[in-house]
Amino acid sequence: MKRRMEIILDGQRIRVDEGKSILDAALENNIYIPHLCFRPGLDAFGACRLCLVETLDGRLVTACETPVEDGMQVISDSDRLNRIRRVIASLLINGHVGDCLKCPRSGECKLEDISSYLGINDEDLTKLREFKIDDSIDDSNPFFLKDNGKCILCGLCVQSCDIIGVNAIDFTFRGAKTKIGTFMDKPLIDSICVSCGECVETCPVGALVKKSEKPSREVKTVCPYCGVGCGIYLGIRGDRIVSARGDPENPVNNGRLCVKGRFALNFVNSSERLEKPLIKEDNEFKEVEWDEAIAFIADKLSKYNGDEFAAIASAKCTNEENYLLQKFTRTVMKSNNIDHCARLCHAPSLVALSESLGSGAMTNSINELKKASCILAIGTNTTETHPVIAYKVIEAVKNGSKLIVVNPTRIELVRHADIYLRNKPGTDVPLILGMCKAIIEKNLIDHEFMKKRTEGFESFKEYVYDLEWDEIESITGISRDKIREAAILYASSPAASIIYAMGITQHFNGTDNVFALSNLALLTGNLGRANTGINPLRGQNNVQGASDMGALPDLYPGYQSIDDAREKFEKKWNCKLPKEKGLILPKIFERACKGKIKALYIMGENPILSEADINNVEEALKSIEFLIVQDIFPSETSKFADVILPACSFAEKDGTFTNTERRVQLIKSAVRPPGDAKPDWWIICKIAEKMGVPGFEFENPREIFDEIRELVPAYGGMSYKRLENGGIQWPCRSRDDPGTVFLYKDGFTRENGRAKFILPSFRLFETPDEDYPFILITGRSLYQYHTRTMTSKIKGLEEFKDWKSLEMNPIDGEKLGVREGDFVLVKSRRGSVKAKVRFNEALMEGVTFMSFHFAPVNRLTSSVRDPLSGMPALKVSCVDLIPQ
Amino acid sequence: MQRLRKILESYQGKREDIIPVLQDIQKEYGYLPENALKELSKYTGVSEGQIYGIATFYAQFRFKPKGGKHVIVCTGTACHVKGSDQIIDTIQRHLKIKEGDTTPDHEYSLEAVGCIGCCSLAPCIMINEKVISKIKPRQIKRLLPQKS
Ligand code: SF4
Ligand code: SF4
Ligand code: SF4
Ligand code: FES
Ligand code: FES
Repeated sequence: MKRRMEIILDGQRIRVDEGKSILDAALENNIYIPHLCFRPGLDAFGACRLCLVETLDGRLVTACETPVEDGMQVISDSDRLNRIRRVIASLLINGHVGDCLKCPRSGECKLEDISSYLGINDEDLTKLREFKIDDSIDDSNPFFLKDNGKCILCGLCVQSCDIIGVNAIDFTFRGAKTKIGTFMDKPLIDSICVSCGECVETCPVGALVKKSEKPSREVKTVCPYCGVGCGIYLGIRGDRIVSARGDPENPVNNGRLCVKGRFALNFVNSSERLEKPLIKEDNEFKEVEWDEAIAFIADKLSKYNGDEFAAIASAKCTNEENYLLQKFTRTVMKSNNIDHCARLCHAPSLVALSESLGSGAMTNSINELKKASCILAIGTNTTETHPVIAYKVIEAVKNGSKLIVVNPTRIELVRHADIYLRNKPGTDVPLILGMCKAIIEKNLIDHEFMKKRTEGFESFKEYVYDLEWDEIESITGISRDKIREAAILYASSPAASIIYAMGITQHFNGTDNVFALSNLALLTGNLGRANTGINPLRGQNNVQGASDMGALPDLYPGYQSIDDAREKFEKKWNCKLPKEKGLILPKIFERACKGKIKALYIMGENPILSEADINNVEEALKSIEFLIVQDIFPSETSKFADVILPACSFAEKDGTFTNTERRVQLIKSAVRPPGDAKPDWWIICKIAEKMGVPGFEFENPREIFDEIRELVPAYGGMSYKRLENGGIQWPCRSRDDPGTVFLYKDGFTRENGRAKFILPSFRLFETPDEDYPFILITGRSLYQYHTRTMTSKIKGLEEFKDWKSLEMNPIDGEKLGVREGDFVLVKSRRGSVKAKVRFNEALMEGVTFMSFHFAPVNRLTSSVRDPLSGMPALKVSCVDLIPQ
Repeated sequence: MQRLRKILESYQGKREDIIPVLQDIQKEYGYLPENALKELSKYTGVSEGQIYGIATFYAQFRFKPKGGKHVIVCTGTACHVKGSDQIIDTIQRHLKIKEGDTTPDHEYSLEAVGCIGCCSLAPCIMINEKVISKIKPRQIKRLLPQKS
């Protein structure tokens, strides 16, 4: 506990924690002291001098920089103070061009507040000499303006940009010419700015302002994009979403957001939204009423039995909806053919971590990263894919944590790294095993942990002993010394954490990669403790939840196996359940091609763009007899549908999402859905009811959640009420269980409570050869999202990075004789696409990159699967490039 | 690029090295080329935005190559009082460049500095090290002839 101190401010006794400043103390007690260059949560900078206060002995000190002392007496308002403040404020106003009435910040501007608080008048200002300033406006960013003339040089924006580790802007020039500028004074859009808008949020005046309209009300909910699950306040005007700001109270993001969460949510208002159910007749879609659509579907579906039906759940929909879709599939259709897109991202994590540790989720939490003494970031381009987690990693590094980055591409995080290992793509297993070997050689093993909490160490040790350093070096392309250096840093840190993403899982040997990482963490006892762990960063906002809810072919909700828990669920759901294990996602399409799957229900997914080897998926969708697609927008997939159902977006319904750190959070309905769009849960209930099957009589998501709580022990202690403030991390088993920050404190969730070393195999998929000499990596871009069903509706995003191009190292470009902007034919063993060339020096020679937002890229990727998890090898394939 | 590599590699790439590296780069190239600053950012891990902030803080650094004739205008106190603002304005208009820039034909570059030590003859400018004192705006055209 912090010591409390008492100070006397303007004669009032107030109490605050030790270490706070006078200004903190005042603000916490709702006492206003003028201030411009300070904002709670940022460091005091002491630039504006407006917060001057008087101490008992007549000294003037800045309230923002002076810590409280017990018994201190402070005066915040006196003639002397206000006289000084008036001069300072007048100077600031004098150096500030622009008409307050026409300023978008008017009403929220701190300078305006101060000016009226101090009663600044014309007379104060006319005494001052005219001041020449740079009053240019940088209008280049699609989402916000930079109006230099209004800048008062408080530095808050510079600090905000520093905290997130981008440092796109800084004080430039000096003296009277000082201004906040970018590198070479270029427009923001041409700078390294990532458009997160953090600086805009902190600017006290109108120098950095959003271009969006001002909202008339706000609703607290959760960002619908990535797995970080940032808390947001949606700004609404009428029934449109016009803005968003981070929720400062939310423990995940503490008010921070990335460009998508802050500026890309108005896809909800798009005129392209689906508004009416559509039924295909003679190849034309016809608008119908819900009754007709539901009756039509019920009638059709009743014709198919068990294994002829399959459903694809959605990591974009709520827990309640995913729960219902799997319940529908199992109880109404009597099929276990249900899966979701995690098959394409973290199935290897689920398989490997369940087997070695007991559960497939992140073992530790996002905020623990800030306290980890070492972070190993492998196969994750965190700044692009999980921006707000990247902010925390960078914050940790600034506070002294060590960062090891392993990635074939010189990603942005490398700038902050202590050690960077640039291994050849797809060679993570040998690299990680090399680290293990070094740790064993140097005897940096946590023996105690080994003995008490693990099994299988001896055989792992032997296995690693037998590996030859020569071989490791030649496969990975990294010297043994470098690998040793990284291993020693990781192993000798008191608390080391691993974060990883698609760069580890989307491989032919994805599961082996995860096994290797899990062994590394076990070896050094970096599990079951605070600030350690092995942490798969989940891609989509609710991909964790979709798995938790049992949208999986072999597991019921709560990862209960269909073999062991069938009786429990039959009893609860009051019906017989199918025994046969269902099909995984890619198999669903394979079987569909063969005519074995005849009816398919797709909720909120666009598989024609997201699956590996899309030629195959297209054929599958064509062969399916009855296809239901339920989504918020028409998509490439919905073209093939027999019925299209208009669904509600995240902003039009209640429910829960589970983020990457197992945190279950509430989302709230904020605006009216367009036309007749309905929440996914409502639609599923109606179809089930029409088909005459009981168990779907839900009035609202809360009732569904109550059923989930009864069936999924890890959610047992939660309720909507308890989730209200920042959510709860599972497992949370009872009403008074606060939830679980990190897993395995008292034992692993395997039968014997021990974690297991599992030997990963060394297999490598396709390596470049004469015919296909280049490696193609696929990944995502910060400014786009998945198949772009949502982000393509945000015009501003199109102005960033060209996500359609093929990126390559300029040296390869030179060898091929192509320049930026030229077209090349990218050819793999499976197909080919044409793409524009963009040079990216961060890439290794011989390695090319395409974002998976670009639809045809999956014509190139292979559907060869990881035999252990069914994961297709989306990440790397070998290609040839033919200049056009 | 080779020359730059050599400069960078003679330092450890620490944050403290930035100013001496900037000096070396300027010595080598006569100014701070944009690409060199980008490389410096990669080498040190300090963002290009911050490097620019540091470099612009010191008057000694320039970001454009010097022109054939480098014009320095004194803006020290004495010259300021005697109207150096007007001199700069006139030159800027005449050469169609801003202070700190170089003409597209690389003929002239313009820089403003603090006192150059000839206060009694204010206002002064310098053209390639040669001081011209008590300058009047109407002399500019003749002093800085433009090829046309
Ligand atoms: S938007 Fe973000 S990255 Fe860009 S300048 Fe502001 S804080 Fe920095
Ligand atoms: S732009 Fe805004 S936040 Fe940045 S220094 Fe100027 S006034 Fe302060
Ligand atoms: S980091 Fe993810 S959850 Fe947070 S604002 Fe960005 S997209 Fe949304
Ligand atoms: S708020 Fe304290 S100096 Fe600006
Ligand atoms: S002020 Fe110009 S020479 Fe001294």
